[in-house]
Order: sequence, then structure tokens, then C-alpha cells
Amino acid sequence: MEFKDAFGLFNYWIVIVLMMTGLYIVVSRGNLVKKIVGLNIFQTSVFLLYISMGKVTGGTAPILTGKPEVFSNPLPHVLILTAIVVGIATTALGLALVVRIKNAYNSIEEDEIQKLDLAAENEVDEPGARP
Amino acid sequence: MESVINMALLVFLAGTAFAILRRTTLFSVVMLSGVFSLVSAALLVHLDAVDVAFTEAAVGAGVSTVLMLSTLALTARHEAPGTRSRAIPLIVVFLTGLALVYGTLDMPRFGDPSAPVHQHVAPRYISATAHEIGMPNIVTAVLASYRGFDTLGEVTVIFTAGIAVLLLLAGTIREPTTATKITAMEHHLVLRVVTKVLIGPILLFALYVQFHGDYGPGGGFQAGVIFAAAFIIYALVFGLETAGNALPGRAVRILLALGVLIYSGTGVVSFFFNKNFLDYSVLGATAQAGQHIGIILVEFGVGMTVAAVMVSTFYAFAGQNPPIGDEEW
Amino acid sequence: MIALLVEAASWTFLLLGAFLVLVGALGLVRMPDFYTRLHPAGITDSLGADFILTGLVLQAGFSLVTVKLFLIGAFLFFTSPTSTHAIANAALVAGLKPRHAVVPPRPPEKATQDEEAR
Repeated sequence: MEFKDAFGLFNYWIVIVLMMTGLYIVVSRGNLVKKIVGLNIFQTSVFLLYISMGKVTGGTAPILTGKPEVFSNPLPHVLILTAIVVGIATTALGLALVVRIKNAYNSIEEDEIQKLDLAAENEVDEPGARP
Repeated sequence: MESVINMALLVFLAGTAFAILRRTTLFSVVMLSGVFSLVSAALLVHLDAVDVAFTEAAVGAGVSTVLMLSTLALTARHEAPGTRSRAIPLIVVFLTGLALVYGTLDMPRFGDPSAPVHQHVAPRYISATAHEIGMPNIVTAVLASYRGFDTLGEVTVIFTAGIAVLLLLAGTIREPTTATKITAMEHHLVLRVVTKVLIGPILLFALYVQFHGDYGPGGGFQAGVIFAAAFIIYALVFGLETAGNALPGRAVRILLALGVLIYSGTGVVSFFFNKNFLDYSVLGATAQAGQHIGIILVEFGVGMTVAAVMVSTFYAFAGQNPPIGDEEW
Repeated sequence: MIALLVEAASWTFLLLGAFLVLVGALGLVRMPDFYTRLHPAGITDSLGADFILTGLVLQAGFSLVTVKLFLIGAFLFFTSPTSTHAIANAALVAGLKPRHAVVPPRPPEKATQDEEAR
């Protein structure tokens, strides 16, 4: 592989690094807020992947100025523009869930929540615990 | 030169992501995620996606950070030290990353004009927008007209998410009557004065973005977020009650639904003229004028719903019990 | 001739702005504690940004872009000192003490004057 080839793939590689960082945060960290931040990083990396694919060398922003010009691909822009706002709406939903979990369990650490859940299950399962 | 800027910004992004990974103070994690959004917005400008960059800057660095901070105030400020094994996730992530890198080797090189993505659909949008829609911003034309149905779906998702947040948090919102009036930032004289000076221009700018979206970067999505930002900053500095007097939560919830209704209503109108759903060409004297009217209406609906979702989400978070103190922000 | 002068002035402003931003960034890394770091941070987004904007205005000439650049400048003029103030204020309220603070021994009569002023 030539150097120029690797140069042309640099964007995608960084996108993959970001994607994997996001995934790693989601998988390895127990804190729910941090998980949501990790998901946001993952999400942004997907946005960058799309927009990088839409870029044309020497192109400009897809706004017609009357002169003949080369434009970058407007289609990824449209998809990602809406995805960002949908992303914040779903992030807000996730954060609302975190707030409710905090109210219910008094913790936002996944491990502690699982422990509490397990304890509650054992209580119910114990024979004769309840009539 | 261009590729140097591109690479530098990408490296910044990766660095910020690693910093987010390493920090355990959630406050700095949230702040870094704001930085991450801002840097990615700069990168998006560089990649010619001005509309997207605009949205990312307004959403990621603005509203998203505020929502996360309010969540932190309601939950916890620090991440508990992890007890679980880090090795397995690391291996999984590393292998997945390698597989993805292997996959990129077959991808067209960055900026290649002959890449498959640029051969189909997009050239038609670029060449036909001028005479079919007649507005300079191709992104707006595709968003509101060519792919109007798609966007309607997205707006509905935002609407649904907004409703879900309200449902989740409504039970624990404190009663506005019994609440001890939060003093908000009343002692922050400088903030109050500057906020008063700035809110007018912010709202004006939102209107500009809303209605200039046909000609330059902008449109309903961005304008909605900027509108919401103006109300959120007002609520932050002057207190939730004062903001509630200016824009009652009830009114926001009506606007929330009204925006989607305006969008789909615009689509339904074309049924009466024997046209397809969301075919705006019948709305005006000529097909082009009809497109213009349709796009303005639809963008207005989008802006309304987005602003209402953001504001009502913020109200729901900020109105939680126990009240979020002034220093928490 | 005029064009050349404008060009030169524009580049002077741009380079000066870039230099100040660089100094700000360096200061942010080098300064010992939070409050001193605010100074370089303030340089970056007030003076540095304003110089760069001035340089860009000279590049753009008389057009709509110039108006927009002025508006950005005006917005920054209000927001950046305010945000610096808000950050410093928040840190003070949260109880962060300057690390290398040297509290000068106050003459007693001045202290009482201060008390009275309150």
C-alpha cells in the first residue's frame, strides 16, 4: 500500500478509533451518565463517517451561487443534520431514564443497581417470605 | 494545507475522546463532551457540511451540555471506581476496530469524486434543485422537499422522544405553587444584565436562521435549537418560574404537537389537489412558488417542534425535586 | 496601492491574532492554577478573536460578510468577558482558593473602612 492510499483513509481510521473509544466507554464503564457520553462519541463518529464520504476534493458547501462549481455531496448532510437533532432528543430520553433510575435505586452505577436487583429477587424467591 | 487542518482536527477529536475515557469526574466528562462537539463542528465546516456543523455546534455544545449538567446535579458528580475487568472489553474493541480498518481498505479514498456515493441520486439533486425548487441551499431543498417524508419521520421521532421525556419526568416534577421560589442567579448582576442584552439578538438570530435557511446554512432544526437556547439561558439566569411566566410549560406542550401538525398538514393539503403527500407544487401559482411556500411552512413546523421539545425537556429536568441549586449550574 | 495596504494590514491583524491565540493556549498550559489560567483564556477569546475578525473584515471588503463578522465581534465582545466572569465567580462560590495567593497584611484602618463601606 502506498503512502497516498493511507493518507486517503486517514479520516476513516480516526472515525474507527473514535467509534471504538465510544464503544469501549459503553462496555467497560458502569456509570450510566458516562455510558451516555460514550454513546454520544460513537454517534458523532458515525456522523463524521457519513460526512467524510460526502466530501469531494476541491468541492464547496452545497449552496448554489450561480457559478459552475463542484459541490460536496448534499445527501449525507441532510441525513446527518436530522440525525443530530434526533440524537439530542434520544440523549435527553436516556438522561431522563438515568434520573428516574437514580430516584428508584439511589445510584447510577450499573454494578450497584444489579446488586440491588439481585437482592430484591432473592427476597421475593425465599419461600415463606410472603404469604 | 487543507488536509493538515483536517488531520489536526481529527487528532484533537481522538485526544478529547481519550480524555473523556480517562476522567472520572463526571463534570469534566460533560465539559469535554461539549469540547468534543465543538471540535467536530469545526471539522464538519471543513468537510463542507456547513448546515450540519451549525446544528452540531448549537446542539452538542449548547443544549446537550445543559441537559447533562442538570442530570449530574440530580444524580451524582463522580464515577465510582470500576470493579469489573477491563481486559475483555479491550480485546473485543481492539478486534472490532481491526476488522473495521480492514474493511476500509476497500473504500474509495477520501475526497474521490468518482466514488460510488457521488454517482447516483446526489447529482440529480444538485442539477435539478435550481429549476425544480429554485432555492440556493441544496441541503434545505433535499431536506424539506425531495426527502420531505423522511424528515417528517425524523420530526415525529423527536416529538415522540420529547413526549417520552415528559412522561418519565412528569411524576417527579415539583409543584410550582408549593415550591419555594428559587432565587436563581439573582445575585449575579453581570450575568443578568448581559443575558438581558443578549436574549433579543439570540431570538432575532433564530428567526434569521429559520427563514434564511433557503438561501444559506440554516433551517428549522438549527433555528429550533437556537430558540430553545434563548429560553434555556433565560430560565438559567432568571429562574424557572420567571421563564415559566414568559413561556408557560403548557404552551410549550401545545407547540410541541402543533409543529408536527403543521408539517403533516402541509402534506395533506396536496391530497386535495390530486397530488402525492408532501408534493408542494400545488400550493402556489407556479410549481416553484408552491415549493417555496411548502418548504417555508414545513421548516416552520420543524422549528416549532424542535424548540418545544428542547424547552419542555429542559423544564422537566430543571423542575425536578429536589430543586437544582444555583451553584450547580 | 490601497489594495496592497489593506492586504498588508489584514495580514498583520491576522498574524497578531494568531500569535495572541497561541500565547493564550501556551499560557493555559503553563499557568499554575485555575485563576491565573483564566487570564490567557481571556486573551484567546477576546483580543485574539477580535484581531482575527478585524483581519477577516479587511479581507472581505464591503459586503454582507463584513456585517456578519462585525456582529460576531459584537457578540464575542459581550459574551467572552461574561463567561470568564461567570467561570471565576463559580469557582469562588465553590470555594476554590488561588494556589499561590499572597495575602498582603492589611493596615487596620483600611480594614475598618471596608467594613463601613459594606
